[in-house]
Amino acid sequence: MMTPLVVVVSIMAVAMIWLLRQTVNVKPWIEEQAVESAPSGASFSLPPATVGLGVFLAVATSLFVLTICAYFMRMMAADWRTFVFPSVLWLNTGLLILSDLAMRSARAASRRGKIDRVRAGLIATGVLSFAFLAGQIWAWQQLNASGYFTTADVGGAVAAGPANSFFYLFTALHGLHVLGGLWVWGRTTVRVWQGANAARVRLSVELCTVYWHYLLVVWLVLLALLIPAISELCRGRLSF
Amino acid sequence: MVAVTHDESAYAPPAETEEVELHHAHTFIEKYVFSQDAKWIGIQYGTTALAIGLVGLALSAVMRLQLGFPGTFSFITPSNYLQAVSMHGLIMVIYLLTALFLGGFGNYLIPLMIGARDMVFPIMNMLSYWLYFLAVLILVASFFVPGGATGSGWTLYPPAAILPGTPGSGLGIVLTLVSLAVFIIGFTMGGLNYVVTVLQARARGMTLMRLPLTVWGIFTATIMALLAFPALFVSVLMMLLDQTLGTSFFMPSLVLTGQHLDYSGGNPILFQHLFWYFGHPEVYIVALPAFGIASDLISTHARKAIFGYRMMVWAILIIGGLSFAVWAHHMFVSGMNLYFGFFFATTTLIIAIPTALKVYNWVLTLWRGNIHFTVPMLFAIGFVFTFVNGGLSGLFLGNVPVDVPLAHTLFVVAHFHMVMAVSPVLVFFGAIYHWYPKITGRMLDDTMGRIHFWVTFIGAYCIFFPMHYLGFLGVPRRYYALDTAPFVPASAQELNAEISIAALIVGAFQLLFIYNVIWSYFKGKPAGTNPWRATTLEWQTAHTPPQHGNFGETLPAVYRWAYDYSVPGAAEDFIPQNQPPAARADSAGSAR
Repeated sequence: MMTPLVVVVSIMAVAMIWLLRQTVNVKPWIEEQAVESAPSGASFSLPPATVGLGVFLAVATSLFVLTICAYFMRMMAADWRTFVFPSVLWLNTGLLILSDLAMRSARAASRRGKIDRVRAGLIATGVLSFAFLAGQIWAWQQLNASGYFTTADVGGAVAAGPANSFFYLFTALHGLHVLGGLWVWGRTTVRVWQGANAARVRLSVELCTVYWHYLLVVWLVLLALLIPAISELCRGRLSF
Repeated sequence: MVAVTHDESAYAPPAETEEVELHHAHTFIEKYVFSQDAKWIGIQYGTTALAIGLVGLALSAVMRLQLGFPGTFSFITPSNYLQAVSMHGLIMVIYLLTALFLGGFGNYLIPLMIGARDMVFPIMNMLSYWLYFLAVLILVASFFVPGGATGSGWTLYPPAAILPGTPGSGLGIVLTLVSLAVFIIGFTMGGLNYVVTVLQARARGMTLMRLPLTVWGIFTATIMALLAFPALFVSVLMMLLDQTLGTSFFMPSLVLTGQHLDYSGGNPILFQHLFWYFGHPEVYIVALPAFGIASDLISTHARKAIFGYRMMVWAILIIGGLSFAVWAHHMFVSGMNLYFGFFFATTTLIIAIPTALKVYNWVLTLWRGNIHFTVPMLFAIGFVFTFVNGGLSGLFLGNVPVDVPLAHTLFVVAHFHMVMAVSPVLVFFGAIYHWYPKITGRMLDDTMGRIHFWVTFIGAYCIFFPMHYLGFLGVPRRYYALDTAPFVPASAQELNAEISIAALIVGAFQLLFIYNVIWSYFKGKPAGTNPWRATTLEWQTAHTPPQHGNFGETLPAVYRWAYDYSVPGAAEDFIPQNQPPAARADSAGSAR
């Protein structure tokens, strides 16, 4: 319960401490400064998009961490039942790992200026990511077919138990973030297709790689929490 | 105190800042509808927020008519009353104040004040506004669906919010939840822009510690909002699933009219935790920009440097950080571990320290200042008074044993209206009177402004001061009618009627403000570039209103902080931030 909160607190602490460090020992009222000695306007020597991605990842982390907090709190209720783990999730995890590796290869190629390899890497990433999403929907179908997802009028959602509800929530939230990544991936791929050279798409490819790493890490954490043995362990530790 | 250098080497050529490629609008639609210019997006945000805010104001009139004169108006049914209460709260807190300060002032002022041409991601900025607009439309649509808007209070607590019996428990609550989700996605797009723009797009020489406090307030509030809104987003999604698919995230097992509902084991307290994890920072998301703007108004109109600039920045940061550790003080009556209550009461009271520090600094800035009682200054001083009043009643409510008996009374309504409704709104008005000349090139009418201030200020006290006493008497909040509560004396009703009359008068006088805004746009006195003789960069633009790209050929370079007022030895009583050091003695007056 406390672990996820620590993550959010650390994000805030990093931001606040960094800001405070910019402000101690600065006495802006003392003296005007000639502009040659003035620092440039930017706080980080990075492109705005990179900083933007960093801030966005902090926001997304906050979202996933709070969802996990809710999962832990809900776990303590008496009606909690172990999640029926659809085995296709292992396959999906493999697909996401492969798409991440493909993205890495695209990044390596863009650093070396080999646009053909970039194109191949990007296409592999896209195919594997879409396959991952299809696999997630297949997992939904599997659960549905085993009677774990039906609407409330026949009492199905309740019969399935809250762990299943969280499975749908986790996969939907993560899937939406994958779709967001695929939007940027699509724009980058189109640019490569239209003949952009490796240098022009390099930033996009770099940022996509960071984002795919992030998607993979988030998925591995969510997956771990869904594995019955681990979720039971968490539950045992929570409800002492 | 300030070392004056007349060293020739201090002259500097305009800084070479990397120029950004601006999107140049050619058609009417690109310029005024799907605009990518942050200034225009700010105006779009502001007008939309004010439009929906007028709806919120009308809803409060409905509430006051019922409370002041119960049974007189047949069109106000108990359901309508609850819907008015709920939608008033939601609209005012989220769709008016958050959107106005961050979306409106953030967009207009951040690029101008930091010396940038625009936000760093203009297309995302445009999408942010249109998602906000869509969220407003969805919210308004919820009034017109069968069952009407939700009546579960602005906090939307389950299980009541989605159980039949609560007004709008069908489509009404669904649309509200969808609207909130859209709002949050839109806000995140805007918020990323504000943060990255402040970090990466400042003009050369504009260090973080030379930023005007307005930017500090908006910047910190945006960081908080980016981290807090996900809590609302996830709780909104979970409640949406509970309502539509019958999951049991928040819904416990329930028996309703003899029938066992299909829910089991859900945890309503979980929702409260998530909601207030967002809800408390939200108070400061509204308050911090107001703090920043008030600081700048006070300093400019008292012709004196802000007292303790660094302390003001630290106070903003500390308030921002602490406000994430106090959320459960909204849940003292939900039942919690005593040590939890102790912890949250303590953190709550600690916030009083940086907040009080800010109040002292405002007062000390005024002390021996050359105070000009302009309309913006009147509103800023009114804000300081009101904020102190609201803050002091917060000290009562922060203590668990005092909060428990008062939690469900009008005392709480009086407290939070003073501290986070009237106070930010006074700052908002002050800010409009201050920046309207920059936005339109004309001054707002002074006489109308003064009438507007005094009626609003005195009126607000006529409304909310007596409410504290009603709260002490135990008059409950949210109730449609008191009927025969034995502990409430009959005279309480007279006070309620007085409050209603004051509220209706104050509400009506806001129309004078709107009339002033429209009238002055056509007939107002031309403002010139810098009517308040202020130092910050937005007043140093070549054109008023500033054109697309904000600054002329070259971006300004910044040589000093934002508060060089009444500097000894200077020709004028202000030195613009972009004025080179040695040039100031002879040409302060002729600076653009």
